[in-house]
Amino acid sequence: MRTGPPEEDTLSASTMAAVKVVIVGGFGVGKTTLVGSVSEIRPLTTEETMTQASVGVDELAGVESKTETTVAMDFGRISLNEELVLYLFGTPGQERFWFLWKGLFEGALGAVVLIDTRRLEVSFDVLGRLEERGVPFIVAVNTFPEAPKYPLEEIRAALDLPEPVPIVECDARDRADCRDTLLILMRYLYSLTVATTRER
Amino acid sequence: MSDGDSSDKDRGAPRRWAEGGPERLYVVTGGRNRPAERVALDLVALIVARGAPGPGAHPEQAAILRMCTNPLSVAEISAYLSLPASMVSVLVGDLIDGGQVEVRAPASAAALPQAAVLEAVIDGLSRI
Ligand SMILES: Nc1nc2c(ncn2[C@@H]2O[C@H](COP(=O)(O)OP(=O)(O)OP(=O)(O)O)[C@@H](O)[C@H]2O)c(=O)[nH]1
Ligand SMILES: [Mg+2]
Repeated sequence: MRTGPPEEDTLSASTMAAVKVVIVGGFGVGKTTLVGSVSEIRPLTTEETMTQASVGVDELAGVESKTETTVAMDFGRISLNEELVLYLFGTPGQERFWFLWKGLFEGALGAVVLIDTRRLEVSFDVLGRLEERGVPFIVAVNTFPEAPKYPLEEIRAALDLPEPVPIVECDARDRADCRDTLLILMRYLYSLTVATTRER
Repeated sequence: MSDGDSSDKDRGAPRRWAEGGPERLYVVTGGRNRPAERVALDLVALIVARGAPGPGAHPEQAAILRMCTNPLSVAEISAYLSLPASMVSVLVGDLIDGGQVEVRAPASAAALPQAAVLEAVIDGLSRI
């Protein structure tokens, strides 16, 4: 049986609380790369067994059948100070699992939606679902060299993204870029919090 | 699963259920691995052992106690044990009941004002 973290990946004993952010995006868009770029530990993998009611013959017969699938998700960690630690979770490529994973979005501060301009359509559904669930997010365009370049405002329009939602470019391989993307998410979340507090 | 996912797996822990299969774990968890019966722990709940495992401890729970001398998230325990997070949640739940571990709740669930948490996150990120 594995024995736990290597010495250098041990969290400080004074760590009192953790927060999490979810990185969502389609197949191969760079989620694992982003997590690895900013994480202080070698990214780890956690998994969950998901039960899905299957659609088909059984349903017609009035019998609900269930399929079990194991879904893996990689994650990394950033110690923010002596007491607070941030975890970053990269969702698995298959969108249909993102919202089945109980507890993934619950309690998350927010999400980064990573997109590839060659496959914008995979993001439509997730943007809608995040809005529906009230999970605040920003959009980060992973700038693959082969991908066509569009002005960010054009991408915003194509995604029908409301004005206050930040959209940024990000090279998922670049640590500073990824950190800045997370900072933009946090400042956006902060602006939302302050706005709500003022409304009260 | 994509190529990306399989390469993630390659980097990961040994194969699932390597030691005795899911049946044995079902026994360990007393077959109570059903979400309705206990509130699942958050993936980022931090677990800290209150002491070393006793002689009669189940291997998985003993392993959890040993790896949690310093705080460790449920997600990390799941990764190091190669067990689903929900299974870890059940195992840790028993340790909580037995007073063998302490849980440090996620900041989002604690009574901390959201703005203060975000300020700390912004501060911390600016320094990496
Ligand atoms: N040029 C370039 N390549 C990148 C960038 N981000 C990721 N890649 C490459 O794209 C491939 C896929 O990246 P991953 O990080 O595995 O993507 P993912 O979203 O985790 O993929 P899945 O988990 O399979 O859905 C890898 O070969 C990366 O090296 C980037 O910003 N620029
Ligand atoms: Mg990946």
